[in-house]
Amino acid sequence: MLTWLSLIVLALFSGAAFVAGRRRAVAATGGRARVLHSLPNYYGTYAALWAGAPAALLLLAGAMFGGRVEDAVLQSTRPAAVQALEPDRQAVFYSDAQAIAAKQSPSEVAYEGDLKVALDAKVAEAKRVGTLINVGMLAAAAVLALAGFLLAFPRISTEFRARNRVEGWIGVLLIGCSVAAVLTTLGIVLSLVWESWRFFQSVNPLSFLFGTEWSPQIAMRADQVASAGAFGAVPLFAGTFLIMFIAMLVAAPVGLYSAIYLSEYASRGVRGVVKPLLEILAGVPTVVYGFFAALTVGPIFRAGFNALGAMLVGTMPGVGQYLMEVQNQMALVAGVVMGIMLIPFVSSLSDDIINAVPQTLRDGSYAMGATKSETVKKVILPAALPGIMAAMLLAVSRAVGETMIVTMAAGLQAKMTVNPLDTVTTVTVQIVTLLTGDQEFDSPKTLSAFGLGLTLFVVTLCLNIVALRIVQKYREQYD
Amino acid sequence: MTDATFGAAPPRSAASTAMEARLKKRHRSERIFKAQGLAAIIVALVFLVVLVGRIVSQGYTTFESHTLSVPVYLNPDRIDRSDLTGVNYDYIVAEAMMKKLGVQDDDLGTVSTKVQDLVSRDFGFQLLNKIKADPSLIGKTITVSGSLKADADLYFKGEIKRSTAEGDRKLDNQQLDWLEQLRKSGAIKSGFNFAFFTNSDSTEPEQAGVLGAVVGSAMMLIITALIAVPVGVLAATYLEEFAPKNRWTDIIEVNINNLAAVPSIVYGLLGLALFINWLNVPRSSPLVGGLVLALMALPTVIIATRSALKAVPPSIREAALGVGASKTQTVFHHVLPLAMPGVMTGAILSLAHALGETAPLLMIGMVSFVPGVPEGFTGAATVLPVQVFIWENASERAFHERTAAAIIVLLVFMIVMNAAAVIMRRRFERRW
Repeated sequence: MLTWLSLIVLALFSGAAFVAGRRRAVAATGGRARVLHSLPNYYGTYAALWAGAPAALLLLAGAMFGGRVEDAVLQSTRPAAVQALEPDRQAVFYSDAQAIAAKQSPSEVAYEGDLKVALDAKVAEAKRVGTLINVGMLAAAAVLALAGFLLAFPRISTEFRARNRVEGWIGVLLIGCSVAAVLTTLGIVLSLVWESWRFFQSVNPLSFLFGTEWSPQIAMRADQVASAGAFGAVPLFAGTFLIMFIAMLVAAPVGLYSAIYLSEYASRGVRGVVKPLLEILAGVPTVVYGFFAALTVGPIFRAGFNALGAMLVGTMPGVGQYLMEVQNQMALVAGVVMGIMLIPFVSSLSDDIINAVPQTLRDGSYAMGATKSETVKKVILPAALPGIMAAMLLAVSRAVGETMIVTMAAGLQAKMTVNPLDTVTTVTVQIVTLLTGDQEFDSPKTLSAFGLGLTLFVVTLCLNIVALRIVQKYREQYD
Repeated sequence: MTDATFGAAPPRSAASTAMEARLKKRHRSERIFKAQGLAAIIVALVFLVVLVGRIVSQGYTTFESHTLSVPVYLNPDRIDRSDLTGVNYDYIVAEAMMKKLGVQDDDLGTVSTKVQDLVSRDFGFQLLNKIKADPSLIGKTITVSGSLKADADLYFKGEIKRSTAEGDRKLDNQQLDWLEQLRKSGAIKSGFNFAFFTNSDSTEPEQAGVLGAVVGSAMMLIITALIAVPVGVLAATYLEEFAPKNRWTDIIEVNINNLAAVPSIVYGLLGLALFINWLNVPRSSPLVGGLVLALMALPTVIIATRSALKAVPPSIREAALGVGASKTQTVFHHVLPLAMPGVMTGAILSLAHALGETAPLLMIGMVSFVPGVPEGFTGAATVLPVQVFIWENASERAFHERTAAAIIVLLVFMIVMNAAAVIMRRRFERRW
């Protein structure tokens, strides 16, 4: 609230600086506007930028980091009564102190005796520190705004190159925005690596990557973690791979064949209808596919297999009995629905790649008397093969990182199996289950989600880099 | 040359029959190949039809609901004026219904319990609010109308059938008889389910609606749009128009392409570690959701903007530079405005994608039950796709039709956004 108010005041001040700067520039010419180096508005903008931008940045930084500074100051001195508490209770204590100071609702923990005294002291301190930070921030912003204005305003003269200066500001803004993308990557890598590092302090990375037992729910206490070896992620990798494999079995042929048909056989009219329809399939949110898998495909498959089992139970009792007991949450359901989701993805990527094959290759093949299908099989596909491989790799990367379908349609049991009718779990499902619900952030159980996330990120990143490299190289060939 | 043709044509040589057979085979394989392609297309389209058809057929019943209006006698003996909130209003409603049905409660209260199972708890709250507003109503008879309980509603929609064994359904034969009796008397009417659009999430299926989720989604998209679109457009402008070709810009470019393919759940982990644990942004708020989705949408906005900027011919730039505009003026006064339709199309499409995203939002605590419309950008909120996920997990059958209905609402929003993008492209597209 305070930040908003001060930002509004700052905007008004900056607007006033604009008017003042512009006036000064116009006045300096003595009525001959042509004498000015830049258009008058640039002088106004120059003054407004110096008056507004640094202070605004400071206020934003204050809004983002003020809370952290307050935390650090509050926790720098710890009363003995608080130190006696367990670490997570201590965190509750501090957040309660801040909540009371900010007149928000604290947690329902009751404080008595020494703790109550300590709490009251901390509340008073939190109020003091909070006010200090706010007042300091406002004062600093006001000084910055005034200083900026006083620095910029006197420089305005007919000779002053205001446009170049303003363009310099714009350049900085543009560079800042494009660095945001790099910062995002950096943020992803740093946060994943940092949290995973904390996880790997209690669990050996090798036993995480190569262990075959996944049961994070059991490892409740710290001393159980390392010995129980409950964080072996191999069953998750196996489950992820199984579902990805099934999905690709559906998506690769259907997507590739439809791309070939659309680009080589279909008339303009058919393409005009089918392509947008496939785009609709691509635009459907994954949670919808998850719903479809869990409540439609799952029960249908189950009923089908159960009926088949009932038929077979006479001739092959073992198989029949097994089929009759198949459950909704089988790998096959998640895999097939994920395959449906990937069809438009594979199809549109392959379509681009097939279209990029030069027409001269086709014409040459037809001139030799080859039929269309022969041209496709013997000329176009070999020429497009690297690109198609890249498209498949991208699809695999999508399948590995897909979350909602598997969360809703695959199970939670970590199993090492290649049986598509069995229930398996995947890396993404486990991340979701570990991080939803109540979480203590320091337990290896929640931190293991970041270990899984890091693995997922590295695998998909490698797939993407390889795929994008192939696509780029391949494009250059014909350009 | 002529010799050769003469020699080959009249008597069919072994070579020629073999060739014809080969040709036949080749043509057959051609036909098979084409049929395979067509089959693939048909399979994909069938999937689409089944998917959409199934969701519509599961969800459309939600838009109809059954309401009951019943005269309720506000018995002064049962209402303690000093403690209005402590009164058992549900029983008063049950009494009114029993009177209407002409049945008596027994000593154990089984009849009244069964009757209460037919109507929403909302009736009781309505009575409480009416009496609070006007205590003089006590002792009078007022008519109250509200929705039936979800199971009773499902019976009228044919989802619960009388043919099912009595033990296997939620309502017994007596309750079904009562429902029929009430309908015959005209007390139960069916109509459009406005409550679904004016209510927020609730633990009672008949009271649950999508308003809170729609508002939450809108607030989150506003944050996403405010961050992703300006930052993305400016970044793309820099990379396309200003950046020198060197290693740095190459790195940024590769980086952006890779970011576009990072699994969405990883963005959720980033949001959890960075925004929630490090910057202390409130959990499950539209603010943190919008920030995460903005980071996710950023690469796609950049890529779309770059291709729109590439489509503006260099002659425009040269003409502007020729009349003395600076590089910055050229870009911001001429190139960017001309690329705007393409930029906005790309931006809308990536926002539509962000609207349907669920996985990263689960990471930042949006799965919690949030009754009511979000209070602000930092209050707890839920959004449409997450609402779908939450309802899908609910065990009550009535939530399943509501899940499908919420999906329909979500899809309608996405179709509107996509249509807007397509119209924009058609309307403003320029061929150079």
